[in-house]
Amino acid sequence: MKFKTKTLLTAGLMTVMSLSASVAHAVDLTMYYPVAVGGPVTKVIDDMVQRFQKENPDIKVEAVYAGNYTDTMTKAMTAMKGGQPPQLSVLFSTDLFTLMDEQAIVPIDEIAGADGKEWLNSFYPAFMENGRVEGKTWSVPFQRSTIVLYYNKDAFKEAGLDPEKPPTTWAEMVEISKKLVKKDASGNVTRWGVEIPSTGYGYWMLQALAIENGQKLMNEAGNKVSFNAPKTVEALQYWVDLAAKEGVMPKGAVEWGTLRADFLEGKTAMMWHTTGNLTAVKEGAKFNFGVAMLPAKERRGSPTGGGNFYVFKSASPEQQKAAVTFIKWMTAPERAAEWSIKTGYVAVTPAAYETEAMKTYVKDFPQAVVARDQLQHAVAELSVHENGRIYKIMNDAVQAAVTGTQTPQEALDSAQKQSERVLSRYK
Amino acid sequence: MRQNGHSVETIVAWALALLWLLPLAYSLWSAFHPSEYATRFDLTASLTLDNFARAWRQAPFARYYVNTLMLVSLVLACQLVIATLAAYAFARFRFFGRDVLFALVLVQLMIMPDVLIVENYRVIGALNLLDTIPAIALPYIASAFGIFLLRQTFKSVPNELVEAARVEGASSLGVLWRVFVPLGKPTYIAFGLVSVSYHWNNFLWPLIVTNSVESRPLTVGLAVFGAPETGVDWSVITAATVMTMAPLLLAFLLFQRQFVQSFMRAGIR
Amino acid sequence: MVATVMSAAEPKAARRKAWLTNVNAWLLLLPAVVLLATFTHYPILATLYHSFFSLGRGGASHFVGLENYIYMLDDDVFRQVLRNNIVFALATVPTSIALALLMAVWVDKKMAGRSFLRLAFFTPTVLPMIAVANIWLFFYTPDYGLLDQFLKSLGFSGHNWLGDPSTVMSCLAVMVVWKEAGFFMIFYLAALQTIPPELKEAAAVEGASRWYFFRRVTLPLLMPTTLFISINALINSFKLVDQLVIMTKGGPNNASSLLLYYIYEVAFTFQDTTYAATLTVTLIAILAAVALTKFVYLDRRIHYQ
Repeated sequence: MKFKTKTLLTAGLMTVMSLSASVAHAVDLTMYYPVAVGGPVTKVIDDMVQRFQKENPDIKVEAVYAGNYTDTMTKAMTAMKGGQPPQLSVLFSTDLFTLMDEQAIVPIDEIAGADGKEWLNSFYPAFMENGRVEGKTWSVPFQRSTIVLYYNKDAFKEAGLDPEKPPTTWAEMVEISKKLVKKDASGNVTRWGVEIPSTGYGYWMLQALAIENGQKLMNEAGNKVSFNAPKTVEALQYWVDLAAKEGVMPKGAVEWGTLRADFLEGKTAMMWHTTGNLTAVKEGAKFNFGVAMLPAKERRGSPTGGGNFYVFKSASPEQQKAAVTFIKWMTAPERAAEWSIKTGYVAVTPAAYETEAMKTYVKDFPQAVVARDQLQHAVAELSVHENGRIYKIMNDAVQAAVTGTQTPQEALDSAQKQSERVLSRYK
Repeated sequence: MRQNGHSVETIVAWALALLWLLPLAYSLWSAFHPSEYATRFDLTASLTLDNFARAWRQAPFARYYVNTLMLVSLVLACQLVIATLAAYAFARFRFFGRDVLFALVLVQLMIMPDVLIVENYRVIGALNLLDTIPAIALPYIASAFGIFLLRQTFKSVPNELVEAARVEGASSLGVLWRVFVPLGKPTYIAFGLVSVSYHWNNFLWPLIVTNSVESRPLTVGLAVFGAPETGVDWSVITAATVMTMAPLLLAFLLFQRQFVQSFMRAGIR
Repeated sequence: MVATVMSAAEPKAARRKAWLTNVNAWLLLLPAVVLLATFTHYPILATLYHSFFSLGRGGASHFVGLENYIYMLDDDVFRQVLRNNIVFALATVPTSIALALLMAVWVDKKMAGRSFLRLAFFTPTVLPMIAVANIWLFFYTPDYGLLDQFLKSLGFSGHNWLGDPSTVMSCLAVMVVWKEAGFFMIFYLAALQTIPPELKEAAAVEGASRWYFFRRVTLPLLMPTTLFISINALINSFKLVDQLVIMTKGGPNNASSLLLYYIYEVAFTFQDTTYAATLTVTLIAILAAVALTKFVYLDRRIHYQ
């Protein structure tokens, strides 16, 4: 009885609220977003949101920076469980299955209306791969990336290497790295050859190596992984050997967060990192640097990475519409170009590369298109049910191997066993 | 010989003290100098407030300050009232179930809200309070520690004073207000300082229940700001760190004796 | 006559008074009782209850008995964080207590600059753990962090302190000892000041050495304080995980993860609340065991002032 009154009351209140909202024509949206790269990214987002609101006075967007990808996903899920979900969020493109399992999101094409199809087809197909399941589009690419190889041209010259010839194969990378390692009088290394980060996004880096070695890590349905396939083990072995056998990379875990600073300080001559860091590297580099596609073993390759926009199910139809309006605005060619220039992320539509701003930028700074060009070799990033858990298992395995706690085989066997246990519920 | 031993001991003590201050000194150094000097020591390096200005611009620290101030005052005010009433009952009333109830209160001393994050999150969610400052405060405002301390204090209040107030016609609450509260002042100060520094510094629970700038306290704001992924300039992070701890640190330096004595008082059982 | 009337009325009046006292007391206690029940007792029971249910992601959850507990016992990560937590407690508790005692003795003596010493030792206590973690993170940064720079200036090679499973725990333990020793010093200081000076004078007259006096008189008198601090330090080592969020996220490969941090991860990052409840039950059991040891066993044996 009491409960009923309360429902009635809430319903009444909601009607009043929606009425007053439609009268005032203001829709409030809350959006969580992560930052995983350097530079004043929060400022860039705030600035874009401001401009959007000026152009769309009937929509108010509160953009909340919530930490890295994991933190943001944690926040969004936690807030949802607590009954206060955001209306939209930028989350890992690969969190799709998890979000679907939680029944958290709605397909974008159901809200986007008549011209939605055309709009959704304007993005690079490689970036749409992670967002399309069961014939529906569940997310829109935003801060998307591939992994690229940054290299210090001055260091190349100093080591007698051709600064226009970055390594193109695994073997070459080892060879070149060995020449780049510099030691002081007492034998301590002052400059490493190459560094691949193993914290935070270690699973992503391993995936790149596995793809190059001809191995995909998951199936389409997101319920099977091949972590201990021989080729994956071989990939991790190569990575471990860079430090343990070849001595061109520091031993132990390499921090994702501080690696950019290491590169800029000349502590390492090459690094594998997201293209999202490109602008921050450009701003900070006191030397000439180049950007190259990742070297190949059996093939070239990198997983795609980064974040997509998702719209939450619990948002009202108006909010969902408003959210799509916002997303459309944020991913329009001019803004996609601007976002790419200010961060280094790949602009998500081919049209963005046809804008004047982008053309001018690329002319002076050709490094900006390497990650895009790599898209032709790119493979959709690992995306499975309970993504967060699987990522953690993978990261743990990578860290166990690079720190020498376990051999690559042991680490990946254990990761496979743990993952199968988690995924057994989704078969 | 003996004198010698003493001076050696003094030197060791001083060395340890300096070592103890090193991290703090270092953070001040890097916060007040340009970022080139973050890892180099050069007495000629110029002083600057630039790092603070940048940190202040890059994140809404003003709002975080306001939130933290609201949080600690809300927590403290509620804790004092609730603990005073409860301690008074425990110290001065004989009632049914007193000992069992007191034991139940003491449970919180061992199993603090800090470890009950999962269920407390559900409770706060059910109360529809997520992402608010009261949500951060609520699990802590009935403080077993406060009740315990004040009960000890109230127990030691001489009966004559209570009788005298009764004769003058004071009610139960009147006696509490006129006799017990004034006599408990040192305990209140002690508990207050401990509580403020605890909640100023608390992190995990606020991290979980807050989602937006409007409710984040300083510690959560700092953690979000300084996440290594963003690769924010080291000097700027230390400047933000110094800002976070400055008010408490200054208060401590100014009222050092009071602080130490309060913590001592709070610790003696 | 009067006396008989009184005696007839007396039990009634007394009962009425007792009743009033009861009502008064319970009214005074009401806010505290409600809040404690809501945020301490109910959550403890609810944790236990939920640990017997399946997660039911997107569906209905149902009773599964001990299934979550069986899963926990078979969970390598759980076993590791539990082991880590025990190692962490064993590393930090005795060290910070020993240091705290040393500091207290120094500050208690008429040593030159004792107020400065007290200030230096106590300062870390008032700083937020988050801020402290930020500062120490940079200490431990490989190559250009303070520690590596110092070692390099002495001709040693740098080390990836937080990235190496064999050093990460010690690094965190050092930091926590630094932060907590000053806090425990205060308790010792308070206790030292309650030792009557006559004892010392008497010992001096007897010609006892300082060390002898410390060992035979001071230390035994400090025993209750030591136990009190040990309990507190032990509890702290199970509930203090702020530093992990900033410094290591529990890595590399869970080498620095602690039980409460794992609970946080499972509950909020993986959204597996029933398994988190199961883990929380373990944590509560540990804390309750510590508490019971204190109340039942130690309180009876150790004489408190």
